[in-house]
Amino acid sequence: MNERCRIMVIGYGNPGRQDDGLGPAVAAAFEQADLPDVTVDSDYQLTVEDAAAVAQHDVVIFADADCTGPEPFRFDPVLPGDAVTFSSHSVQPDGVLALADQLFGVRPRAYALGIRGYEFNEYREALSAAAQRNLAAAVDFLRGALNQRTVLRDGSPHELAALAGASTTANGDE
Amino acid sequence: MVSMKNGLKRIAIEPVTRVEGHGKVTILLDEKNEVQQARLHIVEFRGFERFIQGRPFWEVPVLVQRLCGICPVSHHLAAAKAMDIIVGGENLTPTAEKMRRLMHYGQFFQSHALHFFHLCSPDLLFGFDADVAIRNVIGVAAKFPDLAVQGVMMRKYGQEVILRTAGKKIHGTGAIPGGINKNLSNEERDFLLKDIDQMVKWSRGALKIAKDYTVENLDKVKDFGSFESNHFGFVRSDGAMDLYHGGLRAVTATGETIFDHVDYREYLDYIVEEVKPWSYMKFPFIKSIGPENGWYRVGPLPRVNICDFIDTPEAEEARKEFMAVTDGKPNNITMAYHWTRMIELLHAIEKIKELLHDPDLQGNDLVVTGERRGEAVGLIEAPRGTLFHHYKVDENDQVTMANLIVSTTNNNEPMNRAVSKVARDHLSGVEITEGLLNHVEVAIRAYDPCLSCATHAMGQMPLIIELVDHSGNVINRKAKGCKLPEEQ
Repeated sequence: MNERCRIMVIGYGNPGRQDDGLGPAVAAAFEQADLPDVTVDSDYQLTVEDAAAVAQHDVVIFADADCTGPEPFRFDPVLPGDAVTFSSHSVQPDGVLALADQLFGVRPRAYALGIRGYEFNEYREALSAAAQRNLAAAVDFLRGALNQRTVLRDGSPHELAALAGASTTANGDE
Repeated sequence: MVSMKNGLKRIAIEPVTRVEGHGKVTILLDEKNEVQQARLHIVEFRGFERFIQGRPFWEVPVLVQRLCGICPVSHHLAAAKAMDIIVGGENLTPTAEKMRRLMHYGQFFQSHALHFFHLCSPDLLFGFDADVAIRNVIGVAAKFPDLAVQGVMMRKYGQEVILRTAGKKIHGTGAIPGGINKNLSNEERDFLLKDIDQMVKWSRGALKIAKDYTVENLDKVKDFGSFESNHFGFVRSDGAMDLYHGGLRAVTATGETIFDHVDYREYLDYIVEEVKPWSYMKFPFIKSIGPENGWYRVGPLPRVNICDFIDTPEAEEARKEFMAVTDGKPNNITMAYHWTRMIELLHAIEKIKELLHDPDLQGNDLVVTGERRGEAVGLIEAPRGTLFHHYKVDENDQVTMANLIVSTTNNNEPMNRAVSKVARDHLSGVEITEGLLNHVEVAIRAYDPCLSCATHAMGQMPLIIELVDHSGNVINRKAKGCKLPEEQ
């Protein structure tokens, strides 16, 4: 088995709209870490050209604010899909994966790291206190997950559930 | 949702989302269930002007990029142009102006390419009535993979231009009051030149698709969401299309001049913003004509309509072909936006190529300053249309007033007209069919409005349609691109 595992972390959202900045905050937490074979990217939203970058990695983690998910975060596999947008220039993670598959013939393992946010509707460059706590938990979790690359790349559903569940539980206990 | 008032039935097509910045269509029916009016509601971003107030003026070109995830470069440059005036540095050095222009054309290139390949081409390649399951970019990727790859790579190229001129892919800092903070290195220039000919070639192909579609389907598209309107934008002093700087020009639907070469710093003498009770978004109109008939269109279609020529050879040839369809008069066909958008795409890449061969980009004279001023207006032609930034700055360098008129606001009334036209032509009975929804979407998409650009998060639902009877009961409810709660 090839031990090299190229991972991409994409944090997206608008830092000027309060908790919508959770995704970029994840990217910022890892940008300076200079982890081997880990590419970190940040943007306001996902767009079609992300498919080209995604296609060059074995594992992709989409980090975004989540307005309805569990606290402090959720970590779920994402499969290629055909999410339809009304009139936006953005695409969803499953759409990016579908394009990477159809256009470049690559299907990386992918996960959505959805960090629970609460406040979105004002122009303010600050995360809410609760979102900051959730962010810290998510970054801790992701730091640990990036040390288990073979699980991220090849793990069975049971192993992945254990990875996500154990970390969430541990964070919840803190 | 549907409600009754004054004998009118209201059918609403609305997205459910916890953030601002999404659209909703409301179709007003009379007692005979005929369309009286349709309204496109865009919940405009409120509070941004307040967010800027009190901030130091030199931060503004960076801050305003928080407004929009689709066109942050346009806001960056419009604000920088205003702040040039604040510091008395509006006469930029050649290096500064050309770096900004390169950034701007990069933005145009990636934005127009993305809109065409991602949003528009599914409508053109599969038809308005095609199953929504395939009438999207994923469907294009499956059936026309080469085209879809081109779209992705063109968008990526435009982003590379922005990265090398703005300093960052997002939240760029390239343009500063009175200039620019970097030049283009030889390595950066060579990197961008490597793929330039491929980009020109693909742009020609995209233009051909848009042109051929429009010409071959002229009978179908000429009335689709179409109406006569005034056309507004700015042009260079010699009448050429100029997307970065120029004087204001407005013409009627038949091409008569309303005003020409107006200094945009005097825009308040020419443009008024009207407020309507049902919309957060204002309705700008030309002051001398008045609100009833003074509304206008902005963006690719008006820009091609109002300019005297385009100063790049292939785009100019394309413009002549386009104008020949209407014998040199303004073209008022809504779907012609797509053709003109591709003319601008080709123009943008021709300009990028021209600039990359200009040694001024490697210059080191980057910033100028002069007499300090307290008020300034910066305008730019953004991909979606004319963008206004107006600021006042006090003696402590803090912003005390900000007024922005974004491109989508300028196109507010035209988009409402387009939706009304489509609703009248395609609503049958009181049922919101998939066909009606498709046609409404196609009409709105022609304008490439900014509907959902300020925030983005998991959990949002793109579009929901509800149909309610005379008694206020919901008799039909549809969701697009998502599942309704009761379906989950």
